[in-house]
Amino acid sequence: MTEKRQTITVIEKGLNKRYRAEKRFQKFGIAAICSALLFLAILFISIFSKGYTAFQQTYIQLDIVFSEEVFADENLATANFPKLVKDSIRSLFPEVTSRRDKKELDYLMSSGASFTLQKMVRENPSLIGQEKTIWLIAGDDVDMYMKGKINPNLPESDRRISDKQLEWLVALEKNGRIEKRFNTVLFTAGDSREPELAGILGAVKGSMLTLLITLVLSFPIGVAAAVYLEEFAPANKWTDMIEININNLAAVPSIIFGLLGLAIFINFFSLPRSTPLVGGLVLTLMTLPTIIIASRASLKSVPPSIREAALGVGASKLQTITHHVLPLALPGMLTGTIIGMAQALGETAPLLMIGMVAFIVDVPEGFTDPATALPVQIFLWSDSPERAFTERTSAAIMILLTFLIFMNATAVYLRKRFEIKW
Amino acid sequence: MKIKGLIVAGAVSLALVGATSAQAARDYISIVGSSTVYPFATVVAEQFGKTTNFKTPKIESTGSGGGFKLFCAGVGVSHPDITNASRAVKKSELEKCAANGVKDVIEVKVGYDGIVMANAKGAKPMDLSLKDIFLALAKQVPNPDQPDQLIDNPYKTWKDVNPALPANDIEVLGPPPTSGTRDAFVELAMEGGAKKFDSLKALRKSDKKAFRNVAHTMREDGAYVEAGENDNLIVQKLQANPAALGIFGFSFLDQNTDVVQGSLIDGQAPTFEAIGDGSYPVSRPLYFYVKKAHVDVIPGMKAYLAEFTSEKAWGQDGYLADKGMIPMGDDERNKFASDVKNLNPIKM
Repeated sequence: MTEKRQTITVIEKGLNKRYRAEKRFQKFGIAAICSALLFLAILFISIFSKGYTAFQQTYIQLDIVFSEEVFADENLATANFPKLVKDSIRSLFPEVTSRRDKKELDYLMSSGASFTLQKMVRENPSLIGQEKTIWLIAGDDVDMYMKGKINPNLPESDRRISDKQLEWLVALEKNGRIEKRFNTVLFTAGDSREPELAGILGAVKGSMLTLLITLVLSFPIGVAAAVYLEEFAPANKWTDMIEININNLAAVPSIIFGLLGLAIFINFFSLPRSTPLVGGLVLTLMTLPTIIIASRASLKSVPPSIREAALGVGASKLQTITHHVLPLALPGMLTGTIIGMAQALGETAPLLMIGMVAFIVDVPEGFTDPATALPVQIFLWSDSPERAFTERTSAAIMILLTFLIFMNATAVYLRKRFEIKW
Repeated sequence: MKIKGLIVAGAVSLALVGATSAQAARDYISIVGSSTVYPFATVVAEQFGKTTNFKTPKIESTGSGGGFKLFCAGVGVSHPDITNASRAVKKSELEKCAANGVKDVIEVKVGYDGIVMANAKGAKPMDLSLKDIFLALAKQVPNPDQPDQLIDNPYKTWKDVNPALPANDIEVLGPPPTSGTRDAFVELAMEGGAKKFDSLKALRKSDKKAFRNVAHTMREDGAYVEAGENDNLIVQKLQANPAALGIFGFSFLDQNTDVVQGSLIDGQAPTFEAIGDGSYPVSRPLYFYVKKAHVDVIPGMKAYLAEFTSEKAWGQDGYLADKGMIPMGDDERNKFASDVKNLNPIKM
């Protein structure tokens, strides 16, 4: 009796301490999650607050006279389209006469405005001789001013918009000739050195072509390697060595795969530089270890009873694997593959070595066209002097994040949908 | 067996892909080279792509040295056609080119770029001399009491360097050694400052290597901060820290006049005009180099060269000037334009 009571008192004495320890541990955990969320929130807020304005772009409404004399020459490409834009905006402000002022006035419009007109006339030559009211893209400094990123109260020498230009912009605003619209250029154009003409389509397409090659090569090779190592390979020194090497490769910095790719694919096989083909091959090398490791883990989690049952009713080893083990392990393999792909999507370092960090305007059409990738585009824009590229950098980061979230969500969905609990 | 078959199949397909596309012709111009020329070359390339029927050239930013390495690797479609450089080609590089069969190289100077030292708007503008810059940033400086002796840099504030300057701690954000801007800065500003000391001037005559060592070594005690290659980042850091100075290219100053201001160097403000006529001391020429053997092989080469050397691009009022490149004088432009037109190679 006394002895029992003693045990109880000992337990009761320690009980509070143990409860406190658990509470404390939980609080640490919550604090850890909160700080992680806080950092994430800061990241998102800073990116969104900088980038959301990039989804709008300033346009100016002009009355363009497609006069016959400008198109006197048969060849439409040689027509002086910039003159059409200049004539039109000068006609809005007839009081501007000095050469210097005229030049300042021309700066309000983007150099892309004349390309828009060129495209219109090429598609519809009957425009020649007509007059048309068109919304045309404004220059990046005007765009920054309209978005409140240039402070008009600063002294004139400290801002990129002069007093006269401010005056003209106010006049345009009064007449309803200037407005912000959804920035379609951002999604439909390739890279450009003019912020208002720069888009990410080229980079997105380059990333897609590259990832397609990566997927087509790394998934079958990775799964086949995993199946062989897990199901067929004899347990010996060689298998161990291969396993260690694969695990090692998963941790190798990606730039090394870039160097390898440069040496093998470009210098030895002489594949063309800067192309999604080489990019895809290099990223395949990089994602293979991830896929092999994930696939092996997922094969391991299939219970041996399944294999034994299949073998017991007379299936061959290959039949056991292709009919029973592989289908059960596939969701895990797919998850691993998607995570590997998401990693590959965010990679820039190996692409630097194989020349995919480059200024490429034309949107790539195939695997051997020069291309760049989304994270590379972000890097290049962040390094450009024009102020308007800052918001576009953030916008491109948002688009990259959307792709990553989508891919990871697919991985989670696949796991949830096809997961089998034993 | 199946696995082996797969591996064999994979290897075969790789080899096939390699063999088929290796000799495919290239229908776009491939350009590599300096990250300083990159913002200008890209503008020309884009303009060229949009106004002609040729494809837009591909431009990689590899740095001047990396550019020459790729450029000189050989003749043929797998090698670049043009390399940009923020310095003139070295003799050793030309020799390497020639050894790899790249015999005729055309040199084109396109304009100038200024390197500025700037601080945040609102802070007091600095008025520096090259000597001040050297004393503030070199790892070793002449002992003020015993000019023949070199000592570790003792200066903590700008006032220590020159009593006319403010008593702020020396803190300069600049590019790392891999950058062409850094090369040019040490060569023009640091060496220029070092030459102002008689002892170092004498050293330069007797032992050039030792002199370069003194003039080119930046201090490592935290007064000079390597802020990475991204000039935008330096501009942002200056806004956050008004006491600091930053080193970057003129085009970034030009785009950010509302937040940063250039320091006077030897009494000259970094303006368009002062850099163009050479009175601002820290400016460097920009070049590109063309492989003559490629001019008739790659479509659009002649048109690209014509676009770059046209008045509307590199002239006094050209679009490159709008982007912050400082144009050459009329005579120089005419000389290089005719060199390009006649495809005159560099004489070895």
